[in-house]
Amino acid sequence: MTSMIGFTRRQLLMRLGIFCNGLVAVFLAVPIARYLLSPVARARRSGYDSWVPLGDVELFPSGETRLATYRNPVVGPGDGDTAKIACWVRNVDGKSFQVFAINCAHLGCPVRWFPQSSLFMCPCHGGAYYQDGSRASGPPERGLFEYEYRIESGKLLIKASEMPTPGHASNIVREIRSCV
Amino acid sequence: MRMIESVGEWLDARLQLSSSIRATMEHPVPRETASWFYVFGSAAFVVFMLQIVTGILLALIYVPSAGEAWNSLQTLNHDVALGWFIRGLHGWGSNFMVAIVLIHMVQVFLFGAYKYPRELTWVVGVLLLLVTLGMAFTGQVLRFDQDAYWGLGIGASIASRVPLIGPSIVNLMLGGPIIAGATLSRFFALHVFVIPGLLIAFVAVHLLMVLKLGINEWPMPGRVVRKATYIKDYHELTKNDGVPFVPGAVYKDLFFAAFILLSIAACATLFGPFGPSGPPDPTIIQTAPRPDFFFLWLYAVLSLLPPSMETPALLIGPMVVILALLLLPFVFGEGEKSWRRRPIAVLTILLVAVALGTFTRLAGNAPWSPVMDAWSGIPIPSNLLRNRSALERQGALVFQLKQCHNCHSLGDQGGKRGPALDAVAVRLTRDQLVRQVIQGGGNMPAYGKNLSPAETTALVAFLDTLHPVGQSPARDASRAIALGTGPIIEPLTDH
Repeated sequence: MTSMIGFTRRQLLMRLGIFCNGLVAVFLAVPIARYLLSPVARARRSGYDSWVPLGDVELFPSGETRLATYRNPVVGPGDGDTAKIACWVRNVDGKSFQVFAINCAHLGCPVRWFPQSSLFMCPCHGGAYYQDGSRASGPPERGLFEYEYRIESGKLLIKASEMPTPGHASNIVREIRSCV
Repeated sequence: MRMIESVGEWLDARLQLSSSIRATMEHPVPRETASWFYVFGSAAFVVFMLQIVTGILLALIYVPSAGEAWNSLQTLNHDVALGWFIRGLHGWGSNFMVAIVLIHMVQVFLFGAYKYPRELTWVVGVLLLLVTLGMAFTGQVLRFDQDAYWGLGIGASIASRVPLIGPSIVNLMLGGPIIAGATLSRFFALHVFVIPGLLIAFVAVHLLMVLKLGINEWPMPGRVVRKATYIKDYHELTKNDGVPFVPGAVYKDLFFAAFILLSIAACATLFGPFGPSGPPDPTIIQTAPRPDFFFLWLYAVLSLLPPSMETPALLIGPMVVILALLLLPFVFGEGEKSWRRRPIAVLTILLVAVALGTFTRLAGNAPWSPVMDAWSGIPIPSNLLRNRSALERQGALVFQLKQCHNCHSLGDQGGKRGPALDAVAVRLTRDQLVRQVIQGGGNMPAYGKNLSPAETTALVAFLDTLHPVGQSPARDASRAIALGTGPIIEPLTDH
């Protein structure tokens, strides 16, 4: 029996059934999407960037640049050694510091400090930086990423938690203007 | 025997599969396609099967945890009986699969098999290439070593350059703020569940279309594809000059599949598994990460692109390539199939092959990377130090100590980042050398703040001795006059 709206009772029931499943799909899709997007949402949470101690200030002699390591403040149960992060601490003049991310501003490889020539060099694509972190040569478009720091009861602390990347220097990382 | 037959009949009465299987096996294919050129598709499928089997075997031991993965690979390599061999099979199988998929694609392209009515088969094939590369990259991540760790950093750095949503993509990709446990877990899910699922689905559709539409006939110059007549012509061809797929064509597929499997096993036996390299501890920074073979060309491109072009090239380049591949059968859906009549197609393949080959080869010795230990590990050739003054030898010391050798080679030893300096005195005068050292430029850092005047003088004195025998160093003709030490040349008078 075809009614005036153009389909039978059974077709109507089938369409109702599809509609019900659509509703349920939307109902399930929202929590699934929230679950999948949790890494993005979590980054927005306040207190995400924490002050991390790098050690006593005396560990970083005046005029020198030393490697420091810390455990990332945001860790998961299975992180193992990957939660350990390295950074370069430059004691400029005994009073002021610069703390550089280990990641090259080109594509994130670990830069190495060469005190003899006062350069940071990247082993991947040949980026080089001066001692103040500004770009010296190679493919990077900018200087090294720099962490905010403060000194509290003789300890050097930096504000960290996120791997800096060229598209997102992150709110914790100041940009260094190139001296060129 | 009768027992087996009756079991078979009992099963088929319920499964109802034998007639369709027989039809598939006996469907006629054009006689010339029973060719050694047509074996790559089936070979890719067979290697995929090998990857599934070896992948499951590895999953019995592998621990997808950032803290444990590297140790579990060591266990596989050293403790589990023949664990190294299974890892070798899976790793070499991956390389072979990418290679065979690429060869298959080139063959299909050159034989015009993507033209009407097989456009969708090609499109699904392009998707299969992408998921195969996705498997290769995610698999490299699961080998959770230093290369994998920093490779992820490179991937994140590239992804972060997407306008607006870049940082969110990075967080989604890493599963958090840094490369850590969550990162490995999601690449494990991708490598083991998501991408293989897509691969199986795409392979099924791809195969179904090959069966339904028929294997591409051997391209003849002059036999032009027209939408109006092609299907009729093809059916006539297979009817009049066809052979049943089994056994007419299949035996070559079988032989080639066996040959490929044997080659993979041989590589696994002779060369062993890949890595793992150092443990994924990001505080170990004495590392020079390198991608796996099939991504080496990309590593070279990323080094050689000018900085300003890098982000657009990284973000737009892949999209243009993928779009071109997807649109190919719709733009060139008709016409000549034979590569003998398609010179541009042949040239395109040659160009791409030469470009990829060149970049891969370049990435093999990475001339753009400084040689990090050249200053301490590679001595200056002794012939460059013979009969030199004390100042010049002091300059040679400065050359080593200030790590000039990391980027500049002498006697073909040392870095290739900057120009070789064996004949630098012929190219630059003393003053130009001083300027270059102090101010840098042309991709060289400025050393002005880092060299004392005495060091600069010594270094330049050494550099000024670097010229081939019989070729005098570059001289600034005005220098002698300016210093008042040289012959006085009468200035030209103006008439």
